[in-house]
Amino acid sequence: MGIVVVDVMLKSEILDPQGQAVAGALPRLGFNQFTDVRQGKRFVLTVEGEVTDQVLAAAREAAETMLSNPVIEDVVSVRAESQAVMSQAAESQAAESQA
Amino acid sequence: MRIGVVTFPGSLDDHDAHRAVRVAGGEPVSLWHGDDSLRHVDAVVLPGGFSYGDYLRAGAIARFAPVMSALIPAAHGGLPVLGICNGFQILCESHLLPGAMIQNDHRTFICREQRLRVENATTAWTSDFATDDEITIVLKNQDGQYVADRHTLDELEGEGRVVFRYVVDGPQAHAAVKYDRFASRNPNGSYRDIAGVTNERGNVVGLMPHPEHAIEEGYGPSLDGLKFFTSVLKSVVNA
Repeated sequence: MGIVVVDVMLKSEILDPQGQAVAGALPRLGFNQFTDVRQGKRFVLTVEGEVTDQVLAAAREAAETMLSNPVIEDVVSVRAESQAVMSQAAESQAAESQA
Repeated sequence: MRIGVVTFPGSLDDHDAHRAVRVAGGEPVSLWHGDDSLRHVDAVVLPGGFSYGDYLRAGAIARFAPVMSALIPAAHGGLPVLGICNGFQILCESHLLPGAMIQNDHRTFICREQRLRVENATTAWTSDFATDDEITIVLKNQDGQYVADRHTLDELEGEGRVVFRYVVDGPQAHAAVKYDRFASRNPNGSYRDIAGVTNERGNVVGLMPHPEHAIEEGYGPSLDGLKFFTSVLKSVVNA
């Protein structure tokens, strides 16, 4: 099983109302050091087998045509997530839920 | 004259759009998002509401509905298409109209009677208006902020493709501002107060406010919405 992670952000010149709402709420919890917040989207795409160059190319195309709208958003990154990192995260999550 | 109204999963205003077509003297025809046929209609309305939960982005999934695979080439071929609210979002996601819609800048849902100025009375859907007519119809949206890059906005303005603009009274409207927080600013942060645009040919029009809610005495703020539908009936006859 292979994993491709796609990150999409609103273009910097586009107002981000969600990010602003978060930025407005942070100081209420005492987080005064953050002057701006921008909120993005992460897509985790799973394929059977390895993440080949072909899979990455398809993910890039999906990212440009559907996962993002080029009028308002940028595809920040499309990358293969190593299996090790993902399973480590799953393990630590399982350990936490057991604890 | 057969005017199709598409129902997507989540459409709310398809029945009002049907009614508006009938009151204007046309024959409304139900179109289904999952069909790839336009049933030989003379024009199409993409109604307001929601579509496919508006997951990903408003209109982003609807763009790939089977009915759109028939509608997009037909629109390129000159079929009159009106996108209202969510329908406008779908037209933008389909690249039939330029720009995109994001969340209202004030982050709240808005529902109000909204004044608009008609800036292009030559489209298939606005020919019964006169340029600079002011109309009042209903506006109700969460993701109604029209955005586009400067080049696109300049091009739209240069080519007269801004069809409707929100009427903003300006800072002199002090008395009004006290009761109406949107009297001195546009209601969703749309760039250059743009409420609706058209394509180069003038057959595809999208706008955020809802003409189909302003077609009958006793319902809605005016009868201004009716002219959208009488306009397209005439344009179909003349085509």
